[in-house]
Amino acid sequence: MAKITYIAADGSARTLDVPDGESLMEAAVADGVPGIDGDCGGNCACATCHVHVDPAWLAAAGEKSTMETAMLDFADGVTADSRLACQIIASLALDGMVVRTPASQH
Amino acid sequence: MATRAIDFGPERVDEPPHLAAARARAYAMPLDAIDVLDPELWRTDTHWPYFERLRDADPVHYHADGRFGPYWSITRYADIMAVDTDHVRFSSDAHLGGITAKDMDQDFILPMFIAMDPPKHDVQRKAVSGIVSPGNLAHLEGLIRERAQAIFDGLPVGETFDWVDRVSIELTTQMLATLFDFPWDDRRLLTYWSDKATADETVPGNPTKEERQNIMLECLMYFTRLWNERVNAPTPGNDLVSMLAHNPATRDMVPMEYLGNLLLLIVGGNDTTRNSITGGLTFMAANPAEWAKLRANPALIESTVSEIIRYQTPLAHMRRTALVDVNLGGRTIRKGDRVVMWYVSGNRDERVVAEPDRFWIDRPKVRQHLSFGFGIHRCVGNRLAELQLKIVWQEILKRYPRGIEIMGEPGRVPSAFVKGYTSLPVRIPA
Repeated sequence: MAKITYIAADGSARTLDVPDGESLMEAAVADGVPGIDGDCGGNCACATCHVHVDPAWLAAAGEKSTMETAMLDFADGVTADSRLACQIIASLALDGMVVRTPASQH
Repeated sequence: MATRAIDFGPERVDEPPHLAAARARAYAMPLDAIDVLDPELWRTDTHWPYFERLRDADPVHYHADGRFGPYWSITRYADIMAVDTDHVRFSSDAHLGGITAKDMDQDFILPMFIAMDPPKHDVQRKAVSGIVSPGNLAHLEGLIRERAQAIFDGLPVGETFDWVDRVSIELTTQMLATLFDFPWDDRRLLTYWSDKATADETVPGNPTKEERQNIMLECLMYFTRLWNERVNAPTPGNDLVSMLAHNPATRDMVPMEYLGNLLLLIVGGNDTTRNSITGGLTFMAANPAEWAKLRANPALIESTVSEIIRYQTPLAHMRRTALVDVNLGGRTIRKGDRVVMWYVSGNRDERVVAEPDRFWIDRPKVRQHLSFGFGIHRCVGNRLAELQLKIVWQEILKRYPRGIEIMGEPGRVPSAFVKGYTSLPVRIPA
């Protein structure tokens, strides 16, 4: 279990308990977190779950695959802290992580 | 993933006669005799039971005698996702045939980024993706709405007219002309080039291959003039031609590459949205309860748009070519084989989509349709398409509380690629 805080474009924050093994996209979609679509259902194939990971947590979030890097080209406003939330899987190591979501993915 | 009991077969209750007859045929013939590329199945909208049977009986199916050569039909959602996201083993390269079941003319290769593999695909795609970025779309939204309103203002009331010509084509062509900053009075040339570019010469009534290639060269000449006018502008315009002419990734394109990428943008920005605008109207008319739901709750427009795009699936398939042997669904696809991903079938896959044949504007997971494709070739203009459809339905809701009457059957395009309409007679109630 990891407590993940999603900060929306308008500054409002929501903290979710994400079970181990579940992606940050799945948890966000299930809870209606604004700014996360997840059109491909977690296949790293649509780039509609783009988030900015708080720099303090970037290393803990792990390495991007080449597919994730390729798909991030599709997202808007990509920066060095950009990740696809479907590729970040919750575990104790991520407890307390903060991510920022864009105003809209589509 | 929930699997449901398959209750399909040669009969289904409440089916219109033309579909019931097609169903009987689809289930009676040997699997190997099925040819889902037959344009007649698309003109008559009777392909559905053939795909249903393939999904159930042989979801990775080899057609040894396809009309364009042997090919595999991939018909289940999960298998399509697997192929679409595997650009390392499944190529889109024009020189191997490209992205449609019918090979690109090998004596008239039109390089375009959708028919390229990385790394060239990535840089060329990036050269144009900015024009459909959320920031630019926000800037375009007011203009699209104004133009849509002018089109609706000009429609006759109480008399029958062709929705395809007056609304669907006009709206998408205006949009495309805006993106290209194309000479306004010539804009229907874009529609013409779009239609001819995808017209299969083996279908009666379509131009021959040579005629089609000549039409494409006329398109190139026209756009070469626009390029030359814009390439030396001190401040590049914010239009697609200027973007291509000034971007380091595309400014040295050879003419055929310029033409290829133009046609990609013309077809991608035209046919698809056009046919979803027309399809949506027929779906809503056939499902009055959904129309009532939308009227009662206009906040459902966004999910309605996604459902229309799923239900229409304006491009029925995309094709890949296997670069190595691949095992899929217990079958072995061989290196060099032509692989057709039937989005139109995956979008109706009972294993993934709840009540797939129902038009259901607030269905769960409504955005998870295959119509835009998945992976690195996912539609670059998907946000623009959704925006245009959203505006169309907002205007319809505002103007026509009693809906729009469908006055006859739509004409359909005889194509297994562009799944669309040639005409739709409608009337706005007086």
